[in-house]
Amino acid sequence: MQYMLIYSETAEDFALRDDPAQAPAYWGAWSAYIGSIAQAGVMVSGNGLQPPHAATTVRVRDGRRQVQDGPFADSKEHLGGYVVIEVPSLDVALDWAARSPSSVSGSTEVRPVLPPPPAPAG
Amino acid sequence: MSDAVRSAIESAAREAYGRLLAWLAFQWRDVAAAEDALADAFVAALRTWPVNGVPASPEAWLMTAARRNLLQVARHQRLSRDPAVTVLLGDDSAPEVSLPSLPDARLKLMFVCAHPALDASVHAALMLQTVLGLDARQIARAFLVPAATLAQRLVRAKKKIRDAGLRFEEPEGPELDARLEAVLEAIYAAYGLGWDANGPDTTVPAADDLGSEAIYLARLVVGLMPGSAEARGLLALLLFCEARRAARFDPATGAFVPLHEQDLKRWDRALIAEADQHLWQASALRHPGAFQFEAAIQSAHCQRAATGQVPWAAIATLYARLLHVAPTVGAGVAHAVAVGEASGADAGLELLDALRKQHPACADYQPYWAARAHLLAVAGRVADARAAAARAIDLSPNAPLRNWLARRYGVDPGSR
Repeated sequence: MQYMLIYSETAEDFALRDDPAQAPAYWGAWSAYIGSIAQAGVMVSGNGLQPPHAATTVRVRDGRRQVQDGPFADSKEHLGGYVVIEVPSLDVALDWAARSPSSVSGSTEVRPVLPPPPAPAG
Repeated sequence: MSDAVRSAIESAAREAYGRLLAWLAFQWRDVAAAEDALADAFVAALRTWPVNGVPASPEAWLMTAARRNLLQVARHQRLSRDPAVTVLLGDDSAPEVSLPSLPDARLKLMFVCAHPALDASVHAALMLQTVLGLDARQIARAFLVPAATLAQRLVRAKKKIRDAGLRFEEPEGPELDARLEAVLEAIYAAYGLGWDANGPDTTVPAADDLGSEAIYLARLVVGLMPGSAEARGLLALLLFCEARRAARFDPATGAFVPLHEQDLKRWDRALIAEADQHLWQASALRHPGAFQFEAAIQSAHCQRAATGQVPWAAIATLYARLLHVAPTVGAGVAHAVAVGEASGADAGLELLDALRKQHPACADYQPYWAARAHLLAVAGRVADARAAAARAIDLSPNAPLRNWLARRYGVDPGSR
């Protein structure tokens, strides 16, 4: 089954990315983690994301477009990146989630990916 | 329908339901679909056995019928993407399986039922329904929740098991202890349902008491994991409790009888001996845990039957060790009482004061106030004891307990 691991980071985590003293450790931890997923041969796809200040949220209401600066919700943790992995069970996906740097300070949500729709009846 | 056919179906249902369901769910990774297929197989048995006679192996017949149902549903839903289903689809005339050759998948099923990805409040109910085939309505009565609410929770949990792909395997390594603890906790919760709330005047009929079902599950885990000390500890604990179950209420009046006034003739000596045996086997495994300490405490209380004395100092030590591995408020209160009995009421009251500072929720915890009333009375502080007893009465779950407290401390039993 495919699962998306959704990494949520705190404002302090995002700040580490630009802190000259701590950035190497921050990126090192993520590289090691993502590298181990790739090495295990379970990576399907994935990306890191720029911090929430770079986010723009769009809603269309009554045909009118509402564009808002910032992420969709004001919360303590924000989406920092995601991967999709192919593993046999939720338990294995949870093991990968537990190893993520984001799980120590923020959180990692695990969601099964919807399977492709069945082929039309022939 | 002839009695022979009816009893063949009933005995297959009682003895094989959990084994059949566990194996089907394990193969299909879908508890709800397996339940439906097995229910349909039982309906088919009711229809065909009276005509064609009871098959040589009723369980194998049911398994074959249930698998056929699952294949038909799978074909219908075009789930043939799943390689496991594709393989089985090719195998239309699935041979009759013989059950003794099937590995017992019930432990796998129990680990799935108590999976951390499922809400802990649904673990026990899910286990009772899938492993024992209990009706959701019956479980709901014991859990004191509306049947529709429980049914909805069970459906949601089974949907998550299927859709999120929970693993149907026994956990390994460091994970095993924590996962097993969740299984044992759920069994203990199922047993406890009938314990506190049910007096003889309760609204829950005795038939709905899930005590014997919980003991069945505990025996099952011990049988499937003979090397687990905590599984044996839990079984011992449940058997000690069960041995004293009948003695908790006066047979003539239905009045509550506290542990130390219980009629020893009404304790089940055979169950106590069996419990001691399991506890001894558990401690020989040298892997102590909370259930073993709780069972050891019960064993110590049962010594009164042999010696006429309650070994309070030993009980206080056991509670201290229990608190070390499982620091619950309940164990803290019981520890304070044991210390109060062993070393004087003031020592016990000091521990209760400290506990309340640490856990303000004690203010609404019945055992805290009952313990306080007892130790204050022993210390000769009659007025304080009465005030504490009044608070305990307000918080008591059943009438016999309220009446006993009221009589003992000479206060009003209240109108609840």
